[in-house]
Amino acid sequence: MQKPDTIEQVQALLTAQGYVCGRALAVVVFLALRLGRPLFLEGEAGVGKTEIAKALAAGLNRRLIRLQCYEGLDASSAVYEWNFPAQMIAIRTAEAAGAADRGALQAELFSDEFLIERPLLQAMRPDEHGAPVLLIDELDRTDEPFEAFLLEALSDFQVTIPELGTIQAPEPPIVILTSNRTREVHDALKRRCLYHWVDYPDFQREVEILQARAPQASAKLSREVVAFVQALRTEDLFKKPGVAETIDWANCLLALDVIDLSPEVIADTLGAILKYQDDITKLQGSEAKRILDQARASLAPS
Amino acid sequence: MPELPPLSLPETPKLAQNITHFARALRKAGLPIGPGRIVDAVQAVAAAGFTSRRDFYWALHACFVSKPEHRLIFSQVFRLYWRDPRFLEHMMAMLLPAVRGVQEDKPADLGEKRAAEALLDGTQPDPEHIDDEQGTEIEFDASLTMSAAEKLRSLDFEQMSTDEVARAKRVLSQMTLPVQPLHSRRLIAAPGGPRPDWRRTLRAASRQGGEIQDIARAKRRIRWPNLVVICDISGSMSQYSRIILHFLHAVSNAQGAGWAKVHAFTFGTRLTNITRHLAQRDVDAALAAAGTEAQDWEGGTRIGECLHEFNRDWSRRVMGQGAVVLLITDGLDRDDPEALAREMHRLQLSSRRLIWLNPLLRWEGFAPKAQGIRAMLPHVDSFRAGHSIASIEDLARVISNPEDHGEKQRLMALL
Repeated sequence: MQKPDTIEQVQALLTAQGYVCGRALAVVVFLALRLGRPLFLEGEAGVGKTEIAKALAAGLNRRLIRLQCYEGLDASSAVYEWNFPAQMIAIRTAEAAGAADRGALQAELFSDEFLIERPLLQAMRPDEHGAPVLLIDELDRTDEPFEAFLLEALSDFQVTIPELGTIQAPEPPIVILTSNRTREVHDALKRRCLYHWVDYPDFQREVEILQARAPQASAKLSREVVAFVQALRTEDLFKKPGVAETIDWANCLLALDVIDLSPEVIADTLGAILKYQDDITKLQGSEAKRILDQARASLAPS
Repeated sequence: MPELPPLSLPETPKLAQNITHFARALRKAGLPIGPGRIVDAVQAVAAAGFTSRRDFYWALHACFVSKPEHRLIFSQVFRLYWRDPRFLEHMMAMLLPAVRGVQEDKPADLGEKRAAEALLDGTQPDPEHIDDEQGTEIEFDASLTMSAAEKLRSLDFEQMSTDEVARAKRVLSQMTLPVQPLHSRRLIAAPGGPRPDWRRTLRAASRQGGEIQDIARAKRRIRWPNLVVICDISGSMSQYSRIILHFLHAVSNAQGAGWAKVHAFTFGTRLTNITRHLAQRDVDAALAAAGTEAQDWEGGTRIGECLHEFNRDWSRRVMGQGAVVLLITDGLDRDDPEALAREMHRLQLSSRRLIWLNPLLRWEGFAPKAQGIRAMLPHVDSFRAGHSIASIEDLARVISNPEDHGEKQRLMALL
């Protein structure tokens, strides 16, 4: 599918995938597509950074290639690796068969046949549907050497394999990088990207998101759920609930056939929105009721 | 390389010029913006079109902002710069109460001061404009925007130059805190290592025509932990914290002394990250910069509040990889002891080791009587004095010894 030509088309494309996005985000996604630049998304956990990549891939009908970062991630698990056992077998077979042509054997050993492609290399390969969406998730979890390694891949869209030479993408992949900001990412990398801070949505947008993602929930319940979560975010919590938690929670409530929030129901399902024991204890007792009342008050027609 | 759409700029590219000026204003406000970013921004605006103010804002935002804390500065500078080309007058109206007239004492928005300073600093008023204003001469003193109280408290490091202090600093600046390395998940080639390294084995074999001579081996690479220092700079600690900062500067600049990274925070009434300043090579410049950043020197202490701020905003950023935490404070805190204990507990849970240096321990017969100390003591791994060169040397000796508790056991018995 063709890349969208206007910002409105980006918004429509994402909405069609159930991703409700604001104008600000649509502008940067549009720019990333149009200028062929990687998009660096930061924000609290659960505000929908990873979802953007998924929605984009589905909306554009491109392949989604995901590189999940972790501490100790290195080039061999991110770019390529040689299939050593298969190479070993090939060598032994050649020996047993008495093949004497050493040059041919070597050329065969370091050919595509024995190459295991990892996400970065896959993303550089041509695809019939067009360049894939490359999601480099939670970049802040890797260590700095890997970040430095990404610089070449993200600015020139090429990777170098000593035995095969430099492989360049025929069309640059659509790159989305996400970070939870558990540490600062180096400026050199950020400079190659467009930057956007994904914030918690406002009330109206979060209701829209919830209705797109949990359509079975009644309008009344969705509004109550969102109002409660939004009120909760103003509290002093160790980890504020993200949009993902709102959706999870609404699904929990649906599974329990709840049609109306009450302090008891909230107490039973608190684990779906709060993930730290400290935060949960803080909300025990009358606190949940107070926030619920506050949320209801904000919902009252004014 | 990505295909860029051709730029369709008007004949007289005023917009590009304006964006450049805007970028320069942002740079003055402290955003790191190089020429490359400006080119990006012009391209981005060309791509997004120049139809809606909101799109324009977000297009520039995507190019110029690279950290969440820059968003505020960006929006303020944007607001001031693009609202009206004659932003200078707006700035005057906003900054000088006499000119402001009827709209009294509106508290300045966050970031406004920085934005204002960035836009005004070094700007010569356009002579034509001055004619417009009936030749009014505009005087502007940026230093007036800083409150007198903060100025009074921003620190003069020159004053601490007694002979002993100078000598102590010299000795401390030679010292390091040696630490035990940690084992990483990455592998490194090592003869006799525990794991076979097939990749290297095969590479060697292919050089030999497929003949495997021996199996290369690998072991886990070692890496160094981070050090996080949280240092009290309130009034009761001032003499002490200045010297300790000298020491910290030495530790964070000691190449190859072990620590992967040294993060330093100061707190009094609020928490300040001074890591960036300590990275300056020259110790005086570094401490002067830290002194201007931390404006609560020699004020009161709110340990609980500041630790809460650290736990909420920083601990997951700087402690992710098993950091050793050095907390330097006298523990004299009059706030809620339960809240303090809770924050200390959280801090201990997220650190590899939590070491508390307390200068009060230098007194003979010190007993944990203050409620702040009583609240904090159970939650530290080690409790040590840190008032002299000798005590810092002791710390250096035991910092990576997990068995060391310092004086904690003795004092816990007194609780």
